[in-house]
Amino acid sequence: MQDFLEFRSISKGYPGVQALSEVSFSVRKGTVHGLMGENGAGKSTLIRVLSGDQAADTGEIRIDGVTQHYRSVRDAFNAGVIVIHQELQLVPELTVAENLWLGRFPGKAGVIDRRQLIRVVSDRLAEIGIDIDPQAKVASLSIGERQMVEIAKAVMTDARVIALDEPTSSLSSRESEILFALIDRLRSSGTVILYVSHRLDEIFRLCDSLTVLRDGRLAAHHPHISKAGREQIIAEMVGREISNIWGWRARPLGAARLSVEGVSGATLPQPISFAVRAGEILGFFGLIGAGRSEMARLVYGADRRRQGKVLVDGVAVPADNPRLSVRAGVVLCPEDRKFDGIVQGRSIEENMAISSRRHFSPFGVVDKRKEADLAERFIAKLRVRTPSRHQDIVNLSGGNQQKVILGRWLSEEGVKVLLIDEPTRGIDVGAKSEIYEILYELAAQGMAIVVISSELPEVMGIADRILVMCEGRIAVEVDRSEFDEHRILAAALPDASATTPTLPEQVS
Amino acid sequence: MTTSLKKLLLGEQGLLVIFAAAFVVVSLTVPNFLTERNMLGLLQSVVTIGVVACTMMFCLASRDFDLSVGSTVAFSGMVAVMASNATGSIVLGLLAALACGAIVGLANGIVIARFRINALITTLATMQIVRGFALIASDGRAVGINDPAFYQLSLSKFLTVPTPIWVMGLFFVVFGFLLNRTVFGKNTLAIGGNPEASRLAGVDVVRMRIWIFALQGLVCAVAGVLLASRITSGQPNAATGLELSVISACVLGGVSLAGGRATMTGVVVGVLIMGIAENVMNLLNIQAFYQYVVRGLILLIAVLLDNMRSVAGRPRA
Repeated sequence: MQDFLEFRSISKGYPGVQALSEVSFSVRKGTVHGLMGENGAGKSTLIRVLSGDQAADTGEIRIDGVTQHYRSVRDAFNAGVIVIHQELQLVPELTVAENLWLGRFPGKAGVIDRRQLIRVVSDRLAEIGIDIDPQAKVASLSIGERQMVEIAKAVMTDARVIALDEPTSSLSSRESEILFALIDRLRSSGTVILYVSHRLDEIFRLCDSLTVLRDGRLAAHHPHISKAGREQIIAEMVGREISNIWGWRARPLGAARLSVEGVSGATLPQPISFAVRAGEILGFFGLIGAGRSEMARLVYGADRRRQGKVLVDGVAVPADNPRLSVRAGVVLCPEDRKFDGIVQGRSIEENMAISSRRHFSPFGVVDKRKEADLAERFIAKLRVRTPSRHQDIVNLSGGNQQKVILGRWLSEEGVKVLLIDEPTRGIDVGAKSEIYEILYELAAQGMAIVVISSELPEVMGIADRILVMCEGRIAVEVDRSEFDEHRILAAALPDASATTPTLPEQVS
Repeated sequence: MTTSLKKLLLGEQGLLVIFAAAFVVVSLTVPNFLTERNMLGLLQSVVTIGVVACTMMFCLASRDFDLSVGSTVAFSGMVAVMASNATGSIVLGLLAALACGAIVGLANGIVIARFRINALITTLATMQIVRGFALIASDGRAVGINDPAFYQLSLSKFLTVPTPIWVMGLFFVVFGFLLNRTVFGKNTLAIGGNPEASRLAGVDVVRMRIWIFALQGLVCAVAGVLLASRITSGQPNAATGLELSVISACVLGGVSLAGGRATMTGVVVGVLIMGIAENVMNLLNIQAFYQYVVRGLILLIAVLLDNMRSVAGRPRA
């Protein structure tokens, strides 16, 4: 088969960074090509260049042997290139059909031909095997369904190249499977798919070929993915061997630090109880919607507790006040860093000191030098990669943002309990093990740590004990000595009789 | 050459550069502009806007909005005059005015933050209610000041500069300090940047917003008192449209309506640009009708510049 999409020595620099240097590779027609790399490796920049959002400094893109000279997203669109970003570009208040036609509604004199609008869309959806009502409002769809609509939109415009940027990052496993089936169908219809992902499983499941980027350069190109190995790809991504990214080791455990007794709230109707000892890392595993994040938010008081008690070293934590929870020594690193964690537009320093600056602000006047010292100290200690503490936090990669939020809490005084929800979501392999190391160190200092994760290998890799949640309840408790993938996954599935880990259903 | 100019204009200090350039040009071309008398007159004319802009900056920076400032200025000025006439004590009059202003602000804050009503709607309502109070209290007429000592508030001078200008300068310094150097200021910017993240980080967002509005009311009262003293009476229709001028000045000064971004120097420059534009047009005898057009254009250009600036500074992966 011939090369359909070619990148020829693409280079792109921004002030201070060479985001891409001399990247060349090509993709055959009717294949799914994986694009991997750590955050900052240049994947996003490459996708931007492909989408026409940004022009390359040098190099060219060829599609079907024709050199492309596009100067805008519109030009790329006309050339049949569509990029589907993580943030979906749909209008929530319009129907599926209207979204698919947006910009070129059928009809005469500005009056939309509703019948044609819906008929064409239902035909097209049926053709590619998407089972969604064309008249449903996008706002009423799940994230997974919206992703389908986004892809359908690309198909509607006869896209020849579709790039997907981490499409499964907010999908349940079941939704992901549906997406994969759709991608398989597109492949057989001859479309070229460029698939960006952090997840090796997906890459192996979907892709025919793979390119690995590192520091803006081509680290490896595998024309046939079946010949590449997992460890090899990881090594290519990080440029070093990571033999054991978990690095778990036994720690002495102290007395119970955190006791959660019969806690429930609007988001979690059934009361939940558990305890965590000083120095212990307790893992919470479960499917999306099993109630893990809701549990953490109730313990922290981010959502109001209706009943039950949360005790830290025997002292009660108020029911609905994060500020007082922090005073009591309980802190939360939230799941959704963008919406609940970082303050966009403000510096690393301000994001770190937001809570702890009260300790060095007599009469509310901030001691700027102490604040700067604090920021510098935790930037160094947590190895936040940034040119300066004044850097706007949105410019950091996910891993570095997570470190800043950890720094926010480590700089507090008397933190006894750390709740951390999806500690490494969207974070690359290298930064992951750094974050695990930080957690081990904190535990070794006697903190009680609750880790919530959707990644089973991660929970099994770092926790001393796992509580599995299912449909708002704690289904089972497993000690590290008894960790067993099948048992844990089976317990997480809503149907308790299921022993084989098949497609997990999303619980809403 | 052009790129360095672009960098200068769109950089951090771009507004300041443009302001300095405009000031030099105006000084050289407009007769009688750069005289002590005109300068003092100019500053005096922006005292109300300048003082109120200090707290409006906090309001906008925390992603809120306050349309009731003009009415609060008029109402508290009226209260100051009527209370001091009634009691014969200027001090009591001033205290009453400050209390009334603070209560209006507090009410705004409680409704907006505690009961979660949209700030635009809430202050649109209080703007009318408070204006109504001013009209009811005075029966719609101007109320003259009995005690001439009250005039002294705005007539008195210190080092040849009228007191109100000193007050405005003091406010600039105090609120600049409050914004940059205190937990209050930092929390204001944080809740404007991301309210939910700030709440989860332990900032008491509700209390902060109430405080910001209360402070806004209090500062409006100060502006109201100074204004009443200058116009030697309480006028129920004083300061109409003030809210728009103040918000314009803040936006000119680079305060983001989306919250999270504000600087005191920016606001000072914004206030001065408004004052200079008006002053120059007066000196050049430009008809008042045209002045509306020019003011609108200045605001538009400022936001366009600001937009270009934020596009130029947008983060890239």
